[in-house]
Amino acid sequence: MALNRETDFGTPQKDGPLVSLTIDGVRVQAPRGTSVMAAAAKAGTQIPKLCATDSLEAFGSCRLCLVEIEGRRGAPASCTTLVEEGMVVATQTQRLVDLRRGVMELYISDHPLDCLTCSANGDCQLQDMAGAVGLRDVRYGQDGAQHHTIGKDESNPYFTFDSSKCIVCSRCVRACEDVQGSFALTIDGRGLGSLVSTGGADFLSSECVSCGACVQACPTAALNEKSVVDMGTPTRSLLTTCAYCGVGCTFRAEMQGDKVVRMVPSKEGKANEGHSCVKGRFAWGYATHKDRIVKPMIRAAITDPWREVTWEEAFSYAANEFRRIQNTYGRDAVGGITSSRCTNEETFLVQKLIRVGFGNNNVDTCARVCHSPTGYGLKTAFGTSAGTQDFSSVEESDVIILIGANPTDAHPVFASRMKKRLRDGAKLIVIDPRRIDLVRSAHVEADHHLPLLPGTNVAIINALSHVIVTEGLIDEAFVRERCDLQDFEVWARFIAQPHNSPEETEKLTGVLAGDVRAAARLFATGGNGAIYYGLGVTEHSQGSTTVMGMANLAMATGNLGRRGVGINPLRGQNNVQGACDMGSFPHEFSGYRHVSDDATRDMFENMWGATLSAEPGLRIPNMLDEALEGRFKGIYIQGEDIAQSDPDTKHVTRGLENMECVIVQDLFLNETAKYAHVFFPGSSFLEKDGTFTNAERRISRVRKAIAPLAGLADWETTLGFAGALGCDMHYDHPGEIMDEVAQLTPTFAGVSYDKLDALGSLQWPCNAQAPEGTPIMHVDRFVRGKGKFMVTEFVPTDERTGPRFPLILTTGRILSQYNVGIQTQRTQNNVWHPEDVLEIHPFDAEQRGLREGDLVALLSRAGEVSLHAHISERMQPGVVYTTFHHASTGANVVTTDYSDWATNCPEYKVTAVQVQRTNRWSDWQEEERRSSGLMRVIAGKADSGKADAAE
Amino acid sequence: MSAEKLVRMANQIAVFFASQPEAGAEAGVADHIRSFWNPVMRRQIYAHLDQGEKGLDPLALRALNLLRQSDPAARSEM
Repeated sequence: MALNRETDFGTPQKDGPLVSLTIDGVRVQAPRGTSVMAAAAKAGTQIPKLCATDSLEAFGSCRLCLVEIEGRRGAPASCTTLVEEGMVVATQTQRLVDLRRGVMELYISDHPLDCLTCSANGDCQLQDMAGAVGLRDVRYGQDGAQHHTIGKDESNPYFTFDSSKCIVCSRCVRACEDVQGSFALTIDGRGLGSLVSTGGADFLSSECVSCGACVQACPTAALNEKSVVDMGTPTRSLLTTCAYCGVGCTFRAEMQGDKVVRMVPSKEGKANEGHSCVKGRFAWGYATHKDRIVKPMIRAAITDPWREVTWEEAFSYAANEFRRIQNTYGRDAVGGITSSRCTNEETFLVQKLIRVGFGNNNVDTCARVCHSPTGYGLKTAFGTSAGTQDFSSVEESDVIILIGANPTDAHPVFASRMKKRLRDGAKLIVIDPRRIDLVRSAHVEADHHLPLLPGTNVAIINALSHVIVTEGLIDEAFVRERCDLQDFEVWARFIAQPHNSPEETEKLTGVLAGDVRAAARLFATGGNGAIYYGLGVTEHSQGSTTVMGMANLAMATGNLGRRGVGINPLRGQNNVQGACDMGSFPHEFSGYRHVSDDATRDMFENMWGATLSAEPGLRIPNMLDEALEGRFKGIYIQGEDIAQSDPDTKHVTRGLENMECVIVQDLFLNETAKYAHVFFPGSSFLEKDGTFTNAERRISRVRKAIAPLAGLADWETTLGFAGALGCDMHYDHPGEIMDEVAQLTPTFAGVSYDKLDALGSLQWPCNAQAPEGTPIMHVDRFVRGKGKFMVTEFVPTDERTGPRFPLILTTGRILSQYNVGIQTQRTQNNVWHPEDVLEIHPFDAEQRGLREGDLVALLSRAGEVSLHAHISERMQPGVVYTTFHHASTGANVVTTDYSDWATNCPEYKVTAVQVQRTNRWSDWQEEERRSSGLMRVIAGKADSGKADAAE
Repeated sequence: MSAEKLVRMANQIAVFFASQPEAGAEAGVADHIRSFWNPVMRRQIYAHLDQGEKGLDPLALRALNLLRQSDPAARSEM
């Protein structure tokens, strides 16, 4: 594996009719709108450049890319000069050589000549250009005014800024503006005094979000990864897929031997097109963190210390325990959870093991607690359980509804793409109880922010539809051609009823009727309308109803089946879409086919040589309930931490405590592992081959960069456990598992590793009808035939505020941390978010006598935790907010077991709470601190048994 | 699972289907429970029917009685 650097064409690639020109005597063709620089690069001629890079529009400041063009005077910059028919270009004349050398002399006269000890040695475009122009001398010397003595800004944990190495090409400033959209950097001063600046602060305390776009754009060592400073430049690389959120960015893992030096976002990745966020770009150090457990362990009781054993002993112990439990309590007394952090192939194997090896359908996945309502709602309306668009579709959106999602924190790379479109003129309607960043941030301002009360999504979506129906804004042609008219008529009569009007729903949502009417008119008449949403929609007792309500709204306005429109769930974990696709739900095989469907079951039975149950299995909350009843005794949990992530923590842990064999497969001894009897050490995304499927149904390859630290990749571990159970499954490579998925799953029929390697990625459905995948769903017809309108009556949640619990708690995520924090808390991302805090409106804080930073008790009918208060006007009065990233906070101790009516997805977003000042941690927190270490002791390891090191 | 929780879940489903066109409401509730509830849960709610049906929404009750007639889980042991 050599180090593959991607070709930099200097300016962005363009589409358009081809024009012909001659460059250095060679006839070339390039799309109209292409720069001469990019046309030359495409033809194999790299014109010297410094301020140009193809992730940014041309800037024309460095004066190094000069060319001569027949019939034109002077030497125009090739980056800002567009190709024209018949143009004749010379890139290398003596005059150009002299000009470029003169420019380089000026640059080098103010640049330290320490190339041999510079961290960018061998990876520096200034160095390359000095070579390319034949620089042998600098007439001006080094004695004039210069910046050599300006100190480094090393405040950011991941990269340094060394102004003395900066050539003020503005690539970092433009990357921050154009690619990331943060506008955190600027050029201060004039002439020789010009300096890149974070606006008075250092990088850490500035508006910088550490996405790395500036570092990637920098042509010198001015902005450099600290890992490169420490280790040197990489020597080999491979393409893989990020293991954080559902955007699924493609990265080049750049390495030295078996050490990762840096992760660099790849232009080849269609989900990210060369961009990244702080997690994927920098927060990968957890993969080799000292807390990694790399030996299998077992123990008879959760009060015993762990005992390290061989893989064989661990498999044998686990299998014997599961067989004992099934012999004692029945076949249905065991089950498992597949991981949305693992690959498609690994989740497919786990559900296969459960259906075949355990002999039941007691398999579920973390989507149960996040996007299961998406699956139910979209399948009901359109016939398939997935979003309708690809990410690039947003570039053609004119009006965007963003509801219950905070993409600048949770899906930052997609947020940058959305912000770019908003800066280019698209309108934005934010429906969220909080004033999220996209309501108003640098060069982005929502046209409407509808700050509804948590729990009233259905009411507000209905109100939007009411305006559209009653004001004659329906796209009648679309509805007539594409939708079931009988269902539509029933729905239209329902939605037109006065109780759905903005004036009536205002009493429920708290959103002014006039604002709702204006937003509805904008969405219906503003051009391409797209709806993006997240867990603020799904994690409610009416999560599925809201999804169907949004489908109604999109169909009524004709916003489906083309670019720029659609219903777009922003999925949480990296492979939550894939885990669902692979048959991780207890009622469905891969491809979302019900287990009771005889023809489908026959196919699986024939392929797997086993009789399969036709009955739905238990969902995660049902498994825990059954455990408390004493009927469910064993669980195999791959890469999930339900003791932290699932609601009503005490209920979860009581359920786990009641089981006789809990198997946890993970990178670390997570919260759930405290209740486990068998620990299978997991493998990180760097240690295995496979695929992830992102929120736009894009299947991308995960490639093994280093050997598994524990000796086995996760798919091999499942095979080992299956073998010990007598359930023989044999695969030599994950590619063979994908071949089986393709044989059994119509939407994956055309997927193979060979095709993925050739095309980079594929969006399902990928089959004979769509051999290269399907970027946009439902183009000519819905998967189910006619689109189905559903009546979506608003039903208030049973979780009510009252005198004891007068506030509503809603929970969410933050940029620097990921999910339960088990990965990000083992990185330096903690510098941004060392603890979960409670955001509370100044009015509510004042009423309780709270000051910024006070320790407060957060109480609900489920439990109590203490955390520090952050007084914030982002909240509305009556609503408080926290994140669930830190185990020591235990945010889910206070969330309840209320859930979505259709899917049992927990209602994380609405919990009635009280907040009051305190001077102590809660009893639950004290007990956790006391017992946490004891439950993690490993026999013979003196330093084990500390509380979770990440905490 | 506790009867209280099963009743709450069944009632939630019934509340949704109560707003759908009347002809399909009972069948909608029954089909949803048949499709998504494990046989153990179904048997438990049938047992609750036998013990007085306490707390069940009328539509949920009608749907469960309808479902019970054709559900093999109703005829197997807990």
